[in-house]
Amino acid sequence: MAQIAVAGKQKWWEGGKSPFNVEYGKLMMWYFLMSDAFTFGAFLISYGTVRFASNGWPDPNHVFNSMPFMGHANLPLVFVSIMTFILIASSVTMVLAVGEGHAKNKKGVINYMIATIIGGILFLGCQAWEWHHLHEQGAWWGRNPFMNFDGTQSSTNFTNFFFTITGFHGFHVLSGVVINIVMLIMTVRGVFERRGSYLMIEKAGLYWHFVDLVWVFVFTCFYLF
Amino acid sequence: METFESVKAKHAEGDGHGFDKKAVMRTFWVLLIITVLELVVGMFIAPHFHSLKLWFNVLYIIFTLAKAFYIVAEFMHLGHEIKNMVMTIAVPCLLFIWFITAFLWDGNSYKNLKNTYDPFYKEQSMKQVTKPGEHLKPNHAPEAEKPGALH
Repeated sequence: MAQIAVAGKQKWWEGGKSPFNVEYGKLMMWYFLMSDAFTFGAFLISYGTVRFASNGWPDPNHVFNSMPFMGHANLPLVFVSIMTFILIASSVTMVLAVGEGHAKNKKGVINYMIATIIGGILFLGCQAWEWHHLHEQGAWWGRNPFMNFDGTQSSTNFTNFFFTITGFHGFHVLSGVVINIVMLIMTVRGVFERRGSYLMIEKAGLYWHFVDLVWVFVFTCFYLF
Repeated sequence: METFESVKAKHAEGDGHGFDKKAVMRTFWVLLIITVLELVVGMFIAPHFHSLKLWFNVLYIIFTLAKAFYIVAEFMHLGHEIKNMVMTIAVPCLLFIWFITAFLWDGNSYKNLKNTYDPFYKEQSMKQVTKPGEHLKPNHAPEAEKPGALH
């Protein structure tokens, strides 16, 4: 074991050991996430291309200016910032669940997984409200009630991209919540305890952080630019 | 002889690769502060300086990349993996640099072509439906009643 202490100076490609020093499933999760990053990248870049090819575009400060229970008050970006906060907070509870897994503390994992799942459901609820609100204003795929920033007629590109990309992201969040619920059930049933390792929580955690990562880019592209 | 199992066991014990609650909380505060800064700029500062929009966008990109770095390096723990593995993830993502440059350039070029060779398109897209900034007033009429709104 003395060898391990100088891990930084090891020759990883000498053979006889894993050069990536990471478990198979975790590595494959990373490669899956990389491919998923290219899918989201393609969506966001096509949005950017179409936006660069347009003479005008709606103003996000005007489109996203509503809050639940606040009526017609003009509150640009407030609601989406709450959504962003919820997702970051649920990412933190996910890391803490992974940390409890390292310590093999079953109770801690359960508590933090429940917190993460609640955060995911809250985010989905917020998104459902936002979609519903925009739909009531007349926005949907193929319909765009918002004028361009300079007062010219806008095309439906804005709403098409908005609903497609936030929808695709929301679907990822939904899958993440389902995966986390499965992980919670497996933890409660003691599957990982018997296995002696909570590595599965770590893999689910990678997926969950990726969802947060994508939201960072979606947030910038749709709400700030 | 170090085996994969011994490395795995070391992982689980948590030494150099171990779990650091302080680092997690620090990352949380960094992410929160950057997000709040983005919102303050986006809500209160940028709307007053429309001519500087491009520079605000550069600022948002810097903020976004900083957040992405912290999420990947700390939350996803990639900063603590060994270099061999990090490179197989990081190097393919460099393709995004070309990807973004090429496509945005092409979009911009398509806009210029349309505006140059399709006068009807240009005229239609420049036609004012409402006065500039009119729709930005807080207590606007319902969107549906605006002339030219699509239903």
